Amino acid sequence: MSKAKVQKSYEEINARIKAGEAVVVTAEEMVGIVRDRGPEQAAREVDVVTTGTFAPMCSSGMFFNFGQMTPTIKASHVWLNKVPAHAGLAAVDCYLGVTEPAEDDPLNKIYPGEFRYGGGHVIEDLLRGKKLLLEAKAYGTDCYAAKKMKKEVTLADLPYALLCNPRNGYQNYNCAVNLSEKAVYTYMGMLKPNCRNANYCSAGELSPLLNDPLYRTIGIGTRIFLGGATGYVTWHGTQHNPHVPRTPGGAPRKPAGTIMVQGDLKKMSHDWVRGVSILGYGNTLAVGLGIPIPILDAEMAAYTGVSDEDLFTQVVDYGYDYTNGIARNYGEVSYAQLKSGSIIVNGKEVPTAPLSSLPKARQIANILKEQISQGQFLLNRPAETLPDGR
Amino acid sequence: MYTQIYILRFPKDTSDKPFIYKLVKEYDIEFNILKADILLQREGVMILELKGSNKASVEAGLTFLKSLGVKTERLATRIRRDDDICFQCGACTGICPVGALYLRRPEMEVIFDAEKCTGCSLCVPICPVRAMELAIDRDWVLPEETMA
Repeated sequence: MSKAKVQKSYEEINARIKAGEAVVVTAEEMVGIVRDRGPEQAAREVDVVTTGTFAPMCSSGMFFNFGQMTPTIKASHVWLNKVPAHAGLAAVDCYLGVTEPAEDDPLNKIYPGEFRYGGGHVIEDLLRGKKLLLEAKAYGTDCYAAKKMKKEVTLADLPYALLCNPRNGYQNYNCAVNLSEKAVYTYMGMLKPNCRNANYCSAGELSPLLNDPLYRTIGIGTRIFLGGATGYVTWHGTQHNPHVPRTPGGAPRKPAGTIMVQGDLKKMSHDWVRGVSILGYGNTLAVGLGIPIPILDAEMAAYTGVSDEDLFTQVVDYGYDYTNGIARNYGEVSYAQLKSGSIIVNGKEVPTAPLSSLPKARQIANILKEQISQGQFLLNRPAETLPDGR
Repeated sequence: MYTQIYILRFPKDTSDKPFIYKLVKEYDIEFNILKADILLQREGVMILELKGSNKASVEAGLTFLKSLGVKTERLATRIRRDDDICFQCGACTGICPVGALYLRRPEMEVIFDAEKCTGCSLCVPICPVRAMELAIDRDWVLPEETMA
């Protein structure tokens, strides 16, 4: 007797979650399940697969409102602990970007610059409950007479704070090497001359978008783990590009999809949102992100069963090519190779190092697994899926 | 064999003299430069691993350096990691020259083996969250008398 193919709806999966009956596994655990039992059987047994990633993610920031004072002010320049925020939104609404360095930072004048404090650190300090110096300047109007403001604020003092990251969760990323003859300090870390090290930045088989390669379930309105709280995917991210070469399993072989995410900063934790300084490059924010993927059918089981052996990225030169916009690579490597500690580039063995924290990614996937298993986290059907290029 | 790591501070008027050459030639000491920051007309600082056939030969070399105005301090591991700050990314494992920072597989946990650390401090500015720090506690620099 042949069994009917598995088809599950979001409603059915959510009903099982509410009843405490959902079978939830992490993307790492799913690899073995699909390998042993095949995608059809895996889809029958598993309802949700949880993913996670924790890494520096540029294109992050915070929308905030800092409340009025008397006389009122329409701020045109705003600083938090000397880090400039963009104030051209409204009277006391601002956006603080995580790559913004403090105004008095020496930058790369003493090369390579250390970039001790920037927008990402402001956000982490707010989450740590610290008092920050808020300064504002204004030109003054009849309705907003004040021309300056200076006060100490904590996160609790801000009437509104939203973490809003226009590009997170990059689906795959380059493996960086440096083929030039001098060390370079890049957003992919310090790269020694003559290809003596290789850095990569992806959680591989645990990474959210690598488990839903063609964006069938991750879309606008998807409920996610963001910075220790609940957040949402609100759009496709900047630089989202589905048009890349893919493996037979659908996984992109180079950087592809991205997501825009947001969530209430006040509910987040400094354990999952960290200010970052990258030597010679600048500031950014490390963000903890996790996405649950509903196993609607065998295809989703197969996608989430992807392993580091099946996921590939390209080796890119950051000594010359990247800066000069030369689209060239020095071969493809699998995440299994990258995680093994060395890869072969131009016939030579090169040691690898990750920039993305796998222990943290695993913790996030396990937190989500726990929350869903206990009926505390339901899945959202996306209002729209992300552009898939078709 | 006797191996120790030393911080050497060169007064500014000595930075053009061939001390290390003489250490090798006259005192038969092997050296491994772990860090060097020498600027003409300014104080220079070097972290050297010195290896001699016995303790006396290394001490003789150090005495020679001291006689020329070089300040020497024996270095215990002066790097420490703040485990509350480290988020286990692994960026440091790519630059640590002696494998004191390494990944435990398959967990991919970042391990810091203070015993292996030579104190070169390359990891300090590389760490994206500044979890690695140079201890300023004087206890980390061991007085000569305690040399084992």
